[in-house]
Amino acid sequence: MSGKNTQIFTDPLNKDNPITKQILGICSALAVTVKMDTALVMALSLTFVVTFSNIIISMIRNLIPPRVRIIVFLTIIASLVILADQILKAYLFNISKQLSVFVGLIITNCIVMGRAEAFASKNGVKASALDGLGNGFGYGIILIIVSAIRELLGSGTMMGLHIIPQAFYQGGYENMGLMLLAPGAFIVLGLLIWAQRTVIGYTED
Amino acid sequence: MDVLSHYLGLATQSIFIQNILLSSFLGMCSFLAISKKVDTSFGLGLAVVFVNGITVPTNWLIQKYLLDPGALAWTGIEGLKHADMSFLTFITFIATIAAMVQLVEMALDKFSPKLYQALGIFLPLIAVNCAILGSSLFMVERSYNFPESIVYGLSAGFGFFLAIITMAAIRYKLRYNNVPGGLRGLGIAMILTGLISMAYMSFSGINL
Repeated sequence: MSGKNTQIFTDPLNKDNPITKQILGICSALAVTVKMDTALVMALSLTFVVTFSNIIISMIRNLIPPRVRIIVFLTIIASLVILADQILKAYLFNISKQLSVFVGLIITNCIVMGRAEAFASKNGVKASALDGLGNGFGYGIILIIVSAIRELLGSGTMMGLHIIPQAFYQGGYENMGLMLLAPGAFIVLGLLIWAQRTVIGYTED
Repeated sequence: MDVLSHYLGLATQSIFIQNILLSSFLGMCSFLAISKKVDTSFGLGLAVVFVNGITVPTNWLIQKYLLDPGALAWTGIEGLKHADMSFLTFITFIATIAAMVQLVEMALDKFSPKLYQALGIFLPLIAVNCAILGSSLFMVERSYNFPESIVYGLSAGFGFFLAIITMAAIRYKLRYNNVPGGLRGLGIAMILTGLISMAYMSFSGINL
């Protein structure tokens, strides 16, 4: 891989992360992070959709009339999401029940639309595929960190395995119920953004 | 009386307790991007109430008469009686929303130019707002009936409206405060949303 292509792939992982920097796709990032397994499945589904939508859109980018491009993008994305949803329903029925409407909401997830508009409609197939993968993984990393914190503090487990020893509970330790509710998600993500932006040294004005 | 209190209960439930933004996290992107100013938040909030109030009942009709298993029986065609088109839900809903947004835009432009100017650029943005698609999908998942879907559509939109106005007002005051560098902008907005969402949670338990 040439240096430029490597950069296309690695930038969204940290420096140009879709959630913490580009502020895209936050809705689903919060809703599915109560447990790690749902977060993992969601991250994989989104990576699948964003990579393939980027590939398809960059292949036909010179054929789409600019005035109707949004509806063309939406149709391509919606078809890919239906595919992902049917696969999840067939092979991971329980998790697909827990994700409920959020798989469908990948259609309006701004990451997919944003990358299609900002990158795939202007660049070649290979670069677009890498950009899709990078953004999918960048989204996945944040999802996994947030869900790990929420699951560990909220129910004392990780991927469903008990991490916090029973002795702690006997000593008076209690799970933090707030972490499982909506405010916990907002606050964990807020603190994570703070930490990440301090590390990369980025400030909004 | 019973009927009225049922609908009132559903409305309070979806405005406060299951607020579409603060407890289901839908529409966060536009919420974070727009809530910097009070007047633009007002415009976007109004547009969401308007479009949501129209699209949720429309999608209910489509789901009921076209997509559900066996929904095509009213056509009387033998081959369609047992057709299950529910896998087309996502793509149909998003197309309906885009079409309705376009229709609303044209109708407003014709009949109420003043309102059209107030909503202006927000209407096209709404086609990709997850709160709109989300409420239609929740409407299917919670199997509301037709009047319920009207009440739900309007009150979910109103919940979004309330949340975005609150947030814009707080962020307006926040401009004069000294927030640590990395927390500025998105970070502090997330933490504030968390606090507002805690406040809204205290409405749970209200039962009409």
